Amino acid sequence: MKMIAAVIKPFKLDEVREALSTIGVQGITVTEVKGFGRQKGHTELYRGAEYVVDFLPKVKIEVAVSDELAEQVIEAIETAARTGKIGDGKVFVFALEQVVRIRTGETGKEAL
Amino acid sequence: MKRLLLSLTLGLGLALGSVAVMAQATPAPVTEAATSPDATATAAPAVAVAAPAATTAAASEPAPTVDKGDVAWMMVSTILVILMVVPGLALFYGGLVRSKNMLSVLMQVMVVFSLISVLWAVYGYSLAFGGEGLIIANLDKLFLKGVTTASLADTFTKGVKIPEFIFIAFQATFAGITCALIVGSFAERIRFSAVLLFSVLWFTFSYLPIAHMVWGSGGYLLGKGALDFAGGTVVHINAAMAGLVGAYMVGKRVGYGKEAMAPHSLTLTMVGASLLWVGWFGFNAGSNLESNGGATLAFINTLFATAAAVLAWSAGEALHKGKASMLGAASGAVAGLVAITPACGSVGPMGAIIIGMLAGFLCLWGVSGLKKMLGADDSLDVFGVHGVGGILGALLTGVFTAPALGGTGAADFSISHQVFVQAEGVLITMVWSSVVAFIAYKIADMVIGLRVSEEDEREGLDIRSHGETAYSR
Repeated sequence: MKMIAAVIKPFKLDEVREALSTIGVQGITVTEVKGFGRQKGHTELYRGAEYVVDFLPKVKIEVAVSDELAEQVIEAIETAARTGKIGDGKVFVFALEQVVRIRTGETGKEAL
Repeated sequence: MKRLLLSLTLGLGLALGSVAVMAQATPAPVTEAATSPDATATAAPAVAVAAPAATTAAASEPAPTVDKGDVAWMMVSTILVILMVVPGLALFYGGLVRSKNMLSVLMQVMVVFSLISVLWAVYGYSLAFGGEGLIIANLDKLFLKGVTTASLADTFTKGVKIPEFIFIAFQATFAGITCALIVGSFAERIRFSAVLLFSVLWFTFSYLPIAHMVWGSGGYLLGKGALDFAGGTVVHINAAMAGLVGAYMVGKRVGYGKEAMAPHSLTLTMVGASLLWVGWFGFNAGSNLESNGGATLAFINTLFATAAAVLAWSAGEALHKGKASMLGAASGAVAGLVAITPACGSVGPMGAIIIGMLAGFLCLWGVSGLKKMLGADDSLDVFGVHGVGGILGALLTGVFTAPALGGTGAADFSISHQVFVQAEGVLITMVWSSVVAFIAYKIADMVIGLRVSEEDEREGLDIRSHGETAYSR
């Protein structure tokens, strides 16, 4: 099993969710996050004071999937979240040791 | 500490004494103060005639008339000025601070306004408007002694009066907003109790004498012929100097210049600025004390000067920084309102537009270039907007009151003389307010301590000073 985390542009969230549903992903977790990468921040000006905003708002999604589905999920996120401009984000893939469905107590692939 | 208090009391005593002497030596003030032909009547808006006294005086003059329209207008105006403070000024300031200090600013504005209102009834009105005097009136109307529903106050027209109660209330709101304005300079780091103590001291020793000198019967600046229709010197320059001195004395916010201190809600700042604009019609047009043509001149000037200042500030930003900002437009509105305040009763609409435009550009410099030069952490730019705008407005009143420039000045109006008189008023206010503010901050520092601890400042004044938070997280 794999845990796939992706940091994407906030306005791309809906497209990514749709793409994941299409390939059969049952659920995702979404968090609003801030960070910086190559896109860098921007400056804001309030009267005489100038502030550099280093951290830009992004959305982080997390998906737990079986090994077979992993490649498809990565590809779906990549395609759906891409604008071609700097700041599109990144996908991270981790090995996932265990999953438990709290309601039934099922574990492993059954719980996905 | 004790010595300072003593010298302060002594100073006041001396001032009061000398005023009493000088007032006796001075002949009846012959003033061509305001622009209306009945300017002399303005000289003593507060010389309210108690009913019994009126009957004796009425032997020679016709009985004074009270117009219901004037009374209604003054009550509406008073409410409008309250609207300027709570919620107008409170939201304008509140939106500009970080979210952890939102409530502290709202609280300071509301409580200072309330405190000054009560003090106004107790002794403020009496000292500012209770009678004749060069620098200050007297304590004859302490606790509003002798004022009844039958008491009347003068307007700009001879023989036309308004009930003294509404005059007292209207002027109370002016005192309240002036002290509340200062809050913007030391926001985000001052101790709440220090704000209150400072406000009491500064109100007593700076607001009251300046208000009396400019508007009170026999006042020094009124006698000189200084024009200040709605309080450019009394309210704005006066408060701005106290604010600037406060910014220096309280010191910079922790992390100032290094950490981001961006406004937390420019939406609320815009709402506040808009309420200020609306309320300012009461402030300016209400200062006419009657609902007549003079009030409509102040009204129309308050509209046009402000609009011109919004355009000027926005244009200045767009040209200089590349983008026109909402904060800029809101600040421009306040700058325009401040600048037209002393002028609104005596300049023409075109003069108002020029005053507004200049205020927009100059105050933009006030909060950027000048602010850097001054090197004080005037958190919400009280000096940059109210000080710079107030000084500009006061001086330009001396220019655009000229009949040749569309003003209502008399035919022999001399611009150079009037600008000189205006400058004198500005200078006296600046020096007076600064000195009083300096001593008042010192006293507050010694008795209470001006600043909260660094830990409290980092955590935010809302939770540390007031035990609550503005927004649930």
